Amino acid sequence: MESEQLFHRGYYRNSYNSITSASSDEELLDGAGVIMDFQTSEDDNLLDGDASIGTHYTMTNGGSINSSTHLLDLLDEPIPGVGTYDDFHTIDWVREKCKDRERHRRINSKKKESAWEMTKSLYDAWSGWLVVTLTGLASGALAGLIDIAADWMTDLKEGICLSALWFNHEQCCWGSNETTFEERDKCPQWKTWAELIIGQAEGPGSYIMNYIMYIFWALSFAFLAVSLVKVFAPYACGSGIPEIKTILSGFIIRGYLGKWTLMIKTITLVLAVASGLSLGKEGPLVHVACCCGNIFSYLFPKYSTNEAKKREVLSAASAAGVSVAFGAPIGGVLFSLEEVSYYFPLKTLWRSFFAALVAAFVLRSINPFGNSRLVLFYVEYHTPWYLFELLPFILLGVFGGLWGAFFIRANIAWCRRRKSTKFGKYPVLEVIIVAAITAVIAFPNPYTRLNTSELIKELFTDCGPLESSSLCDYRNDMNASKIVDDIPDRPAGTGVYSAIWQLCLALIFKIIMTVFTFGIKVPSGLFIPSMAIGAIAGRIVGIAVEQLAYYHHDWFIFKEWCEVGADCITPGLYAMVGAAACLGGVTRMTVSLVVIVFELTGGLEYIVPLMAAVMTSKWVGDAFGREGIYEAHIRLNGYPFLDAKEEFTHTTLAADVMRPRRSDPPLAVLTQDNMTVEDIENLINETSYNGFPVIMSKESQRLVGFALRRDLTIAIESARKKQEGIVGSSRVCFAQHTPSLPAESPRPLKLRSILDMSPFTVTDHTPMEIVVDIFRKLGLRQCLVTHNGRLLGIITKKDILRHMAQTANQDPASIMFN
Amino acid sequence: MLFTSQNSEDVRCKCICPPYKDHSGQIYNKNVSQKDCDCLHVVEPMPVPGPDVEAYCLRCECKYEERSSVTIKVTIIIYLSILGLLLLYMVYLTLVEPILKRRLFGHSQLIQSDEDIGDHQPFANAHDVLARSRSRANVLNKVEYAQQRWKLQVQEQRKSVFDRHVVLS
Repeated sequence: MESEQLFHRGYYRNSYNSITSASSDEELLDGAGVIMDFQTSEDDNLLDGDASIGTHYTMTNGGSINSSTHLLDLLDEPIPGVGTYDDFHTIDWVREKCKDRERHRRINSKKKESAWEMTKSLYDAWSGWLVVTLTGLASGALAGLIDIAADWMTDLKEGICLSALWFNHEQCCWGSNETTFEERDKCPQWKTWAELIIGQAEGPGSYIMNYIMYIFWALSFAFLAVSLVKVFAPYACGSGIPEIKTILSGFIIRGYLGKWTLMIKTITLVLAVASGLSLGKEGPLVHVACCCGNIFSYLFPKYSTNEAKKREVLSAASAAGVSVAFGAPIGGVLFSLEEVSYYFPLKTLWRSFFAALVAAFVLRSINPFGNSRLVLFYVEYHTPWYLFELLPFILLGVFGGLWGAFFIRANIAWCRRRKSTKFGKYPVLEVIIVAAITAVIAFPNPYTRLNTSELIKELFTDCGPLESSSLCDYRNDMNASKIVDDIPDRPAGTGVYSAIWQLCLALIFKIIMTVFTFGIKVPSGLFIPSMAIGAIAGRIVGIAVEQLAYYHHDWFIFKEWCEVGADCITPGLYAMVGAAACLGGVTRMTVSLVVIVFELTGGLEYIVPLMAAVMTSKWVGDAFGREGIYEAHIRLNGYPFLDAKEEFTHTTLAADVMRPRRSDPPLAVLTQDNMTVEDIENLINETSYNGFPVIMSKESQRLVGFALRRDLTIAIESARKKQEGIVGSSRVCFAQHTPSLPAESPRPLKLRSILDMSPFTVTDHTPMEIVVDIFRKLGLRQCLVTHNGRLLGIITKKDILRHMAQTANQDPASIMFN
Repeated sequence: MLFTSQNSEDVRCKCICPPYKDHSGQIYNKNVSQKDCDCLHVVEPMPVPGPDVEAYCLRCECKYEERSSVTIKVTIIIYLSILGLLLLYMVYLTLVEPILKRRLFGHSQLIQSDEDIGDHQPFANAHDVLARSRSRANVLNKVEYAQQRWKLQVQEQRKSVFDRHVVLS
């Protein structure tokens, strides 16, 4: 097949010798870093199989692709800086993987020499597990800190615990004996601000005072958060998941996963959550965990010098992040697989599993929720669900899909507005305004004044005899002899109706505010607000169905299961299904979402309704637009992310996409030994291409290799400084043997070591489907196009993204990065 | 501030008993061990007479809970101290440092920096100081060099995120 030929063509010249000496298939895939006997000349004589293993000398040059050199080139030392990447550029996956295999081979070959080398090789093998353990520990610890601090600061808006200032409301009243059944959170140690400032606990004056203090605290937390972000770490804002997705696909954003970003994200996340804004902390926790992973990977040379290996650690770290955010370790691994990672080999699966485990363990031992459970929304009911309930579940799925589509469109429109018009010039003011509006509208409604997690928990909890909130104000039949679990369906009391009204208002409020809140310049997550919206909708539907079943229990659909006195409908289950549907509608997750929700709630009986609702919401959402919220944000920012989920189905050929086009200037190339240092410097200065193909001569246009701009610049600069005799008119030689030069000419500069000898090539008639597939599967940045064996043009990842945008009728100029 | 953070205060058994006949609902808390966490040990004084105790207790739900108030206290203190330090550093960088630099180096060498909230450029003079401090090489200047380099990085980030909106919009 054509694609197989591609693989072999690029590898033949260099890897033939390794074929005779290779022990495993792996080495066939190594285009670079392959041990080559110095006797072979690169053009012909491929069959010169003098592959004597004992005489290979490998000289790695900054770890990049090279051939082995012999005594003549022993003078070449590795040039520092070659093999690294610029900010906002894509890495070369193939090169990084080859570097890693080379390093591994070197360590293994030295293993038998001494005990020290043996220890080093063991350390190298185990360093992966060590990094992942440290990441899990750090993520768990930071998540515990964030949870405890956020709980405390959220309650700080209401009042303060006088006997122990560091307790939040629930902890303050923990040991008190004055709590009553109806008012479970009143105790004398907890004083609201009105009580402290004006001395009254009840009455209109104290209500207004509480209102004012609530708004004051919300605004000051929001202002603090955005100023800290602006002054110390601007990369700490937003959710972080779109950028992490892009980083994991090979993009470099320097500083995005650094120490300051970590610290500021942790601190300001607490402030943002405490200020009552309609955001969650799950997405930012993934970013925090990835920062930890990145920081720890710098301690180990195996990971610090290799960008591809580092991304393995980051995949595991994001699993740890979700694991501590939700208390869902398995859901975290699946989330990393489905949503965040780009390449996910089995090794990464094990590492993610381990990281999630360690993080969950640490969080549990810190025990932030005081109930020895990681699970936030533990549901304790086990009532079965009935077949006719699938209809309202599917309806909830449709609602989730519709809401997801609406939210994505509205949020992207608003973010685009913010990006291009003057709305975006005042980020601090924007945050303050959003926080003010949220605080002003949220306070009067008891359901929005609550912390969103508390709201979700209350909605998930079914109404048993032990509940006394207004949502559970049913008209009880006093003569009922049933106890505890099996409360039959009852008619709703006035409390329930007023609760439904308040919930409707809360739903509308949350839907509108979340559109404006996601994307402001403080750490903001999306999971909890979506789940809240879904839970509210679900609970309303659940109560409606429950009342319908009670008042019309003789209808056909209810007759079989819902007799009088039976506990038929559990509205809490509907809330759970609604939450899953909304979250699925906006992120378009499937398996990982179901696993996360049932790990969150412990409701294993309800997997089928969850799956039904999630599938429905995904189908409905996909009918309006294929992208989830994170892919939409990636496209908004123009990141060079080649989505593995999209299919490219157009019939264009490589010749249609490659550059140069007919009207463009010819391809900027380097010749093997005809150019001088000055020529190359001029070429680099005049053009802005990231790399240049190297050909044998302008007449033959036969391909030798590919040289990157950054590597050329660094190599030439260091040669000018360190090697003597290199001037502007020195010849640059990419070949193995320098050409014979007249005696007075300056010393030639050998740059073969920075040349990529195995660039990937396709012919101009290769269908673009295959080219896109190659880019995706191998993680390429560029691919050369040949025609009848001669170099014709180049296709870069940016060209592909632009082409895909064009064929999908989107704006190709929005692709910003390489 | 009371230092009553003994471990015995951090465990409790919480029993919630719903309304029964003409008794209203009640919540009982008691500091007992896990094996004693049930209705008979915790609900005192028992509001119902002898024969009704079983019916009453069947409706009650008792849960054993424990927490660590020391962890909570330490965490909040750590968090607030880090927040306080960052706040102080922020105030220093945005307000105090420009004033000090202006006094030391004179008005003319300071690059224009706006002081209003909407357009903060606290690291505007980082380039200057960076160029100057390259020449000296003792420890204090190394620290200052690192700090100025960090400020440059943050300024670059700020430009990408807030001004040009190329990342994280």
